[in-house]
Amino acid sequence: MESKRLLRAYNSCPVGLRDIPLVSISEFRETLIRNVAQGARLAALFGRPHEPNTLRVLAVLARGSEGTLFIVETEVSDCYPALTVDCPQAHWFEREVAEQWGVRPEGHPWLKPIRFHHSYRLGRDAWARAATEVIQPSMTDFFQMAGEEVHEVAVGPVHAGIIEPGHFRFQCHGENVYHLEISLGYQHRGVERAMIGGPNHRSAHYMETLAGDTSIGHMTAYCQAMEALTGYTVPGRAHVLRAVALELERLANHTGDIGALAGDVGYLPTAAHCGRLRGDFLNLTALLCGNRFGRGFVRPGGVVFDLDTNQAGILLDRIGRIYQNVTTAVDLLWKTPSVVARFEKTGRLPRETCEELGLVGPAARACGIERDVRYEFPSGTYTLSHIPVATGETGDVFARAYVRWLEIQRSVAFIQEQLEMLPCGPIRVGTGDLPPERLVVSLVEGWRGEICHVALTDAQGHFAHYKVVDPSFHNWMGLAMALRDQQISDFPLCNKSFNLSYCGHDL
Amino acid sequence: MLKELVARWKLGYGTIPFPAKEPILPDRYRGCPVVDAARCPGQCRVCAEVCPTGAVKVSADGLHLDLGRCLFCGECETACPVNAIRFSREYRMSARRRQDLVLSGTGMATAQALDAQMKRPLGRALRLRQVNAGGCNACEADTNVLTTVVFDLGRFGIQFVASPRHADGILVTGPVTENMKPALIKTYEAVPTPKIVIAVGACAIAGGPYAGHKEVHDGVESILPVDLYIPGCPPHPIVILDGLLRLLGCIGK
Ligand code: SF4
Repeated sequence: MESKRLLRAYNSCPVGLRDIPLVSISEFRETLIRNVAQGARLAALFGRPHEPNTLRVLAVLARGSEGTLFIVETEVSDCYPALTVDCPQAHWFEREVAEQWGVRPEGHPWLKPIRFHHSYRLGRDAWARAATEVIQPSMTDFFQMAGEEVHEVAVGPVHAGIIEPGHFRFQCHGENVYHLEISLGYQHRGVERAMIGGPNHRSAHYMETLAGDTSIGHMTAYCQAMEALTGYTVPGRAHVLRAVALELERLANHTGDIGALAGDVGYLPTAAHCGRLRGDFLNLTALLCGNRFGRGFVRPGGVVFDLDTNQAGILLDRIGRIYQNVTTAVDLLWKTPSVVARFEKTGRLPRETCEELGLVGPAARACGIERDVRYEFPSGTYTLSHIPVATGETGDVFARAYVRWLEIQRSVAFIQEQLEMLPCGPIRVGTGDLPPERLVVSLVEGWRGEICHVALTDAQGHFAHYKVVDPSFHNWMGLAMALRDQQISDFPLCNKSFNLSYCGHDL
Repeated sequence: MLKELVARWKLGYGTIPFPAKEPILPDRYRGCPVVDAARCPGQCRVCAEVCPTGAVKVSADGLHLDLGRCLFCGECETACPVNAIRFSREYRMSARRRQDLVLSGTGMATAQALDAQMKRPLGRALRLRQVNAGGCNACEADTNVLTTVVFDLGRFGIQFVASPRHADGILVTGPVTENMKPALIKTYEAVPTPKIVIAVGACAIAGGPYAGHKEVHDGVESILPVDLYIPGCPPHPIVILDGLLRLLGCIGK
């Protein structure tokens, strides 16, 4: 990465706002396009209001092979030449910038709202809608196909099961899906905007509920950011307990996902067992802190609840038994040829597409890409203890399921190892006020993939901006691509193999 | 088939004996808070200050805790210097009336069964359509878990159905975002009358962590009449199950 005009940074190491290079839009574009072509990935790209009439667009590039991040900014007014044309990874980010700030990325091939709300800057709207106009979700142009026997299927926001709301449009020819378009925003609660001016007594709760199945993941990212900004060192014991909670979150969700995948192909034994075993993992999190989703466990400065030797022993004993049961339940799947046949070659995502879109998490690893924050940008305990990255090859439903299974095995081993050598000492230190005009990027490998938080402070040491990039933000387009040329009846299976967050995306 | 049977034998029977026996809850479980208003001298108000959602109020007539707003974070318990608020292990805390959720130290009136007029069309079964109107997927997950073998909701005659037209009511989670309001109303309208509405979680009752945001409507009540409130963030599955069974008159008679 040769450009001098990029600020080098690391996971959870703050930088001064004034040190971020401000470059022209053409240099900005050129730098991002070149670096992404050379293997960097766009971890975040967002607008932040600067002067009343200018918007700064800030990019965070992640270069996993070196464990480094690069930050650069530019200034735009009403419009600028879209990056997406030359850098597809930017496509969803640019739609977000357009929607939030009323700036048009000219030439964007697919410029539509992603959350369906009014622009944050009064009087500016990327689609020239009046401030008084009622904005309704999914009221936009959908990509359409015409021709004989071509038909469109629209599903959602209310789906058949107990799942989050989203709208899906399929362009089909018979059973065959030519294209799927996903329209979200139903869960939009205004998280990022509410963070501004904080931290306050609600901030932690926003973090724990912005994607409620990832409470530990997002809360850890937030705490890492806070601790990095204030310069407090979290005790080793707290780091280990956080990692244990993060892996338990992964275990519960991966187990639930494998069960649900089995359910989607009608193989009920694994579905039933895993549904129950997922709950057993959630109960281990409840053993830590009283709440099955880990609410109230992680807080800035450390963790709130300790684990004494006796409790650690109970946890170890229970996790061993649950793991045995999960092995029994999951082995059934791999030994049932009709299940494996349904998983194989379904929803296949080529590795190149995955690279081009900058996907993260198990979806990326299933395509053979070694992308894992715990390995590339480790923080906390992961700097000392490594979890081998689990990858697949085929990029299909099978690979996404199998990567989860590998990760279950490795997370269990990791937790067992960590609890055997739990460091002594306190579990929490106090944190102080935030310093003014700093920026920090905090990365955590949640169970869905890379969680990226970017916190910026103002002159008074309050949050001037708080950006959250849930892994789903990167990956929804991956699901859309995986559906191409599939049977529409395979949608539930493909969807579950990604299992993305609606609220984590909608914020 | 043999391997499935062997696995079933290895994994054993997994359904809990609730409500015949008391449920096993985690040691650190934060259940229904107990308000001991007599202990509160009424001056410091630290509990009200630390509460993220304004659930705790100290006024001239004493200390009040609104379970409907409570996130069960326990901050007030930690902050109170005289232990006037304590989180108990009580899981029976759903209510039929909103005001019953406001605790002032005089005990709580838990949910009563539906009246005869509503029960007749229901018989002994309850079919619900779940609507997530901005929920974070934790309330949804712990509702969904009731359908697993652990809770085996079906044995009580309760079932989640795909179509609102097949439902006796809706179970709503989330603060009702502006973007989900139309879908929520349409789903409700599609349910044949008489119908019931169940609000699960702090969000659905009063907006939860998102109360006051302009993107949300601070709970279902602002839009639809609510028949049962189940507090928590999220409520433990047992809390939800207990609420549903009370509504049907299976327990708490
Ligand atoms: S009440 Fe809590 S757990 Fe339930 S949806 Fe709201 S934030 Fe999530």
